[in-house]
Amino acid sequence: MNTTVGSYGPTYRPRRATRSSEHRLLGGVAGGLAEHLGVPVLAVRLAFVVATALSGLGVVMYAALWMVLPSAAHLQRSAPGLEAASRTGMRPRRGRRISEMGPLVALGAVAVGLAVLAQSLIGGSGLFWPVLLFVAGLAVLWRQADEAQRERWLDSNGRINLVRAVVGRGTPASYARLCAGLALLVVALVLFAVLTGAAGVAGDVLIAGGLGVVGLALTIGPWLFRLVGDLAEERAARVRTQERADMAAHLHDSVLQTLALIQKHADDGKTVARLARAQERDLRGWLYDERPAADTSTAAALRAAAAEVEDAHGLPVEVVTVGDVPFAQSLQPVVLAAREAMVNAAKHSGAPKVDVYAEMAEDKVEVFVRDRGAGFDLDVVPGDRLGVRNSIVERMRRHGGTARVRTAPGQGTEVAVSMEIGKDDATR
Amino acid sequence: MTHTVVIVDDHAMFRTGVRAELGDSVKVLAEAADVDEAVQAVVSLQPQVVLLDVHLPGGGGQEVMRRVAGRAPSTRFLALSVSDAAEDVIGTIRAGARGYVTKTITGPELVSAIDRVADGDAVFSPRLAGFVLDAFAGSIAVAQVDEDLDRLTEREREVMRLIARGYAYKEVAAELFISVKTVETHVSSVLRKLQLSSRHELTRWASDRRLL
Repeated sequence: MNTTVGSYGPTYRPRRATRSSEHRLLGGVAGGLAEHLGVPVLAVRLAFVVATALSGLGVVMYAALWMVLPSAAHLQRSAPGLEAASRTGMRPRRGRRISEMGPLVALGAVAVGLAVLAQSLIGGSGLFWPVLLFVAGLAVLWRQADEAQRERWLDSNGRINLVRAVVGRGTPASYARLCAGLALLVVALVLFAVLTGAAGVAGDVLIAGGLGVVGLALTIGPWLFRLVGDLAEERAARVRTQERADMAAHLHDSVLQTLALIQKHADDGKTVARLARAQERDLRGWLYDERPAADTSTAAALRAAAAEVEDAHGLPVEVVTVGDVPFAQSLQPVVLAAREAMVNAAKHSGAPKVDVYAEMAEDKVEVFVRDRGAGFDLDVVPGDRLGVRNSIVERMRRHGGTARVRTAPGQGTEVAVSMEIGKDDATR
Repeated sequence: MTHTVVIVDDHAMFRTGVRAELGDSVKVLAEAADVDEAVQAVVSLQPQVVLLDVHLPGGGGQEVMRRVAGRAPSTRFLALSVSDAAEDVIGTIRAGARGYVTKTITGPELVSAIDRVADGDAVFSPRLAGFVLDAFAGSIAVAQVDEDLDRLTEREREVMRLIARGYAYKEVAAELFISVKTVETHVSSVLRKLQLSSRHELTRWASDRRLL
């Protein structure tokens, strides 16, 4: 590839717990925690429910984690083309289906049941229902804070103002959540006031005042917290935007160059096709690829080899890879042999394109290079065409791999290269 | 018999190009540039095949299939895209497309893909076969997986590998000493598994993939 777009260097990233956006019933805390700790989601959820039923601690822990853990959806980045397509509504939104609400309802019912059971066993205080309603109201409001944040993130012309911070894009659902959450809180407070009404008016005023402050803090807490986070994000985003702008300028420049070259070679079909193909590969790689650089991934090394052959011989080489392994010195012969096979196909087969398929597992790498061209008779390969024998078969044998050539005149050619990898090789 | 086709793509230049390439081999009933137009055209014209772009204003190709669902029972969808993003490709197949080809496909290949889809078969390009193998690969501890839908049979895997290697259905059949019809059966069954499997690896795989 003639341009190096995007930097995928092996930078160190600390493992960071996030709230899951995929395994989410309420806030995604359990899902994110399970992912971080490497335990089943169900176990974490049950732990929260049990902890809640025993002492109410589960709810507090859940709430605390909800508040401080960033949402995973917020941190996910994909290739620029895909992000753009998402923002402009060219890709489907990840909506939630009604059927996915089943577990939430079930788990909620279990939680309430356990709580009621605990209350009846311990002997209920008058505080039980207000507290339950209060918690429910908070959960609904915090959910809305999440949604608002997500929508802010999806919105491309993102200026943050107060309304958008609270309701996001202002869909009916967000207003519904806001109203329901506030209503639950008010009912909880009123209920509390009524139930504890005997405690004396002065106490009531104090309590009401205190409750108001606590309620307010708890209610806007998440928003404030996230706004701060978003501001930091925005700063990072600005840097990223500048990088992207540079990248885009660079790409547009290379497209312009290619167009100029195409005009110059307008009567030379083969050159035009080659130029167009190279440019297409470049753009496609930038827009849709999220794959690592050639020096870290075997799949990428193969793709780079294919790109070189394409450029040199003007023949499309389609690369399909399954799995991937880190690129190690010991795998160099595989890539070189595959490359030689591609060059042979491009030079001698006369086929309109070459298919490359690579299957890479922990212990073995296999590459197939196939063309539907002229083919040849293996036994009568002329002495000057050492490519197959030396570069491919011998090379693989020397390095402890195997190469197989299947061909016959008129049948096309397929070269299969394979290499076992030991554990120490792959990590070297 | 020429099949009836609706072309859905937001780039007018591309629609024109496809139309020209298809020529008289199929009958193009209409073109559509976004989800709403596409749904209206498909429901009112009931084409045999819809050439569907994956990225489309209004929610993408998946949205078109979701909204048409049931209202054009004999219509089949063939996804056509420049996006090689695995998530999009698998997502589109799971939403109901009978196949996936990239926009660089040649005219005659596209016509034969349309014929195949119209006849109820599936169209797997090497790339799609690669994605499928990737998606179904990995953590297959045979003891745990008892759901039929969650894994490919050995034969299906072989067929997928050959398609990924660039073999045409005919060549796959010759290689495995089976009939083309049997190859088609295997491919359709892979398609069914891809669409019905609830295995969560399948939906998560695309995002996990980059962690390597």
